Amino acid sequence: MRRVRAWLPGLLLVTPSIVAIGVFVYGLLGWNFQLAMTDKHDEVSEGSFVGLRNFIDIWDQARWHLSVNHAIVFTVVFVAGALVLGWFLAFLMEKGIWGEGTFRAIYLFPMAVSFVATGIVWRWLMNSGMDERAVGLNRLFDAIGLPQWEWFRNQEWGMAAMALPAVWQMSGYVMALFLAGFRGVPEELREAARVDGATEWGVYRHVVLPLLRPVTLSALIILGHISLKVFDLIVAVSGKQIVTDVPAVFMWVAVFDSHDPAKGATIASYIVLSVAVFVIPYLIWSVRKERRS
Amino acid sequence: MRHAGSWVRLALLIAFVVVFLIPIYVLLVTSFKPLTEADPSQAWNLPGTWTFEAWGVAWEKLAPGLWNSVLLAVPGSILSCAFGSMNGYVLSKWRFPGADVLFTLFLFGMFIPYQGVMIPLVQLLVGLNELTGLQGFFYGGIPGLVLAHVVYGIPICTLIFRNYYVTIPDELIEASRVDGAGMLRAYWSVVLPVSGPAIAVVIIWQFTSLWNDFLFAVFLTGPTSWPTTVMLNNIAGAQATPYSQQMAAAILASIPTMLIYVLLGRFFMRGLMAGALKG
Repeated sequence: MRRVRAWLPGLLLVTPSIVAIGVFVYGLLGWNFQLAMTDKHDEVSEGSFVGLRNFIDIWDQARWHLSVNHAIVFTVVFVAGALVLGWFLAFLMEKGIWGEGTFRAIYLFPMAVSFVATGIVWRWLMNSGMDERAVGLNRLFDAIGLPQWEWFRNQEWGMAAMALPAVWQMSGYVMALFLAGFRGVPEELREAARVDGATEWGVYRHVVLPLLRPVTLSALIILGHISLKVFDLIVAVSGKQIVTDVPAVFMWVAVFDSHDPAKGATIASYIVLSVAVFVIPYLIWSVRKERRS
Repeated sequence: MRHAGSWVRLALLIAFVVVFLIPIYVLLVTSFKPLTEADPSQAWNLPGTWTFEAWGVAWEKLAPGLWNSVLLAVPGSILSCAFGSMNGYVLSKWRFPGADVLFTLFLFGMFIPYQGVMIPLVQLLVGLNELTGLQGFFYGGIPGLVLAHVVYGIPICTLIFRNYYVTIPDELIEASRVDGAGMLRAYWSVVLPVSGPAIAVVIIWQFTSLWNDFLFAVFLTGPTSWPTTVMLNNIAGAQATPYSQQMAAAILASIPTMLIYVLLGRFFMRGLMAGALKG
């Protein structure tokens, strides 16, 4: 009884948050899945249970295939691009360099800007007009003798171009993560390896790199989950055009233009599942790791 | 050799700075151009005549959205802070059975793509409108948007405060308990006075994400309650809007968060790190 008295006040204090998370996160997620399993394909009908039919039927739609492919191309280019660029910037700075604070501030500031504002500049930069009609990067490239591109309007690789503003926005963040990772490597470890005759590259390869694994994993998780639900940036750069459609935009169209709640909920469910399959194991793993230490 | 290496690194870093600043150059330069210099051939030139013309028009179009964003982001971040602080305090100093599991369940809320709750959330808020008889309050209004942001901000704010409070020695709490202070008393007299840095981190983090949010805003608000991001997207999406006005509007929309970044970058950074290093 005394023990209960010891923890009960704490539980009471977090109860409002428990209720809020229970209802708004888990309750609404459940509601969404339930909606996705009905045939409520307009605003008025009641909708009856149809099982997983919507989840299967959506694969018959060409637009769904297109949006999934786009999301994959975007994710690969964005995650790899931001990871490599962020790592490289941190690598250049890790041993300390003149003006480090300024460099860090400049690489990181795009994080403070909204994807919508970013999208507006990059739409101008990646304008597909060529030659005398060219603005943005095409005009710059033309002037210095580089080829001009269709950028995000290209049917096949448009989404790779779409990932560029996202890389611009997020690689500073990855840099900050890696820089913290680099600085977390004890100097004694490096020194010990050098004493054992390791080259600078050997020290990096066998001492530093393995210790950067947790940071790399965190960065991957964060970039991955941003990427799979990307919405603002696409809308700001190209609106609802099919050529840059992704599941999140498709869902928006299903809700507001097609007025098909069940379809919107189905797409939303797929977005949640695609993130949950890697985030849930990661969360369980990191909470266990914390408890062990 | 080592010396040469550091010059190469410096040169590379400067080259990247130039690339990173290209969009900023474009924003500024374009926003100060008069319409007569809108020709593609002058795209990268500095303005021949500098003018605030586009800024004036952009300000007029964007001002209602900016005001809505203030009404959204200020109360939203303060409320988030209050919830995060209380939760973080309990989960670090007044733990109850199952607190770890609960914390993990909270953390998942940080990672869910909000698309997964959006359609039911709209229905729920519409329902609240009907239940309370307040049309355009929950759904279609700023209060509903604040509610959504505060609730979905609970996980990250709890995390930041919890990780900060873990560093406060348990003995301090124990000492105040010996003196007869209860949970709330210990919070008020021991924990809250040293919470400054965590409060700054959470307020900055939440303010920035509320200010920059587009997804919730586009699903939950209507023309009278559109915040900055939605208005900005509408302004830029209209074919007739000249580039100079689009760029000026984009800068105006970014000024509050940029100012925070410049003035309080240190705390901004810590919030980012907290987002990454869960647990």
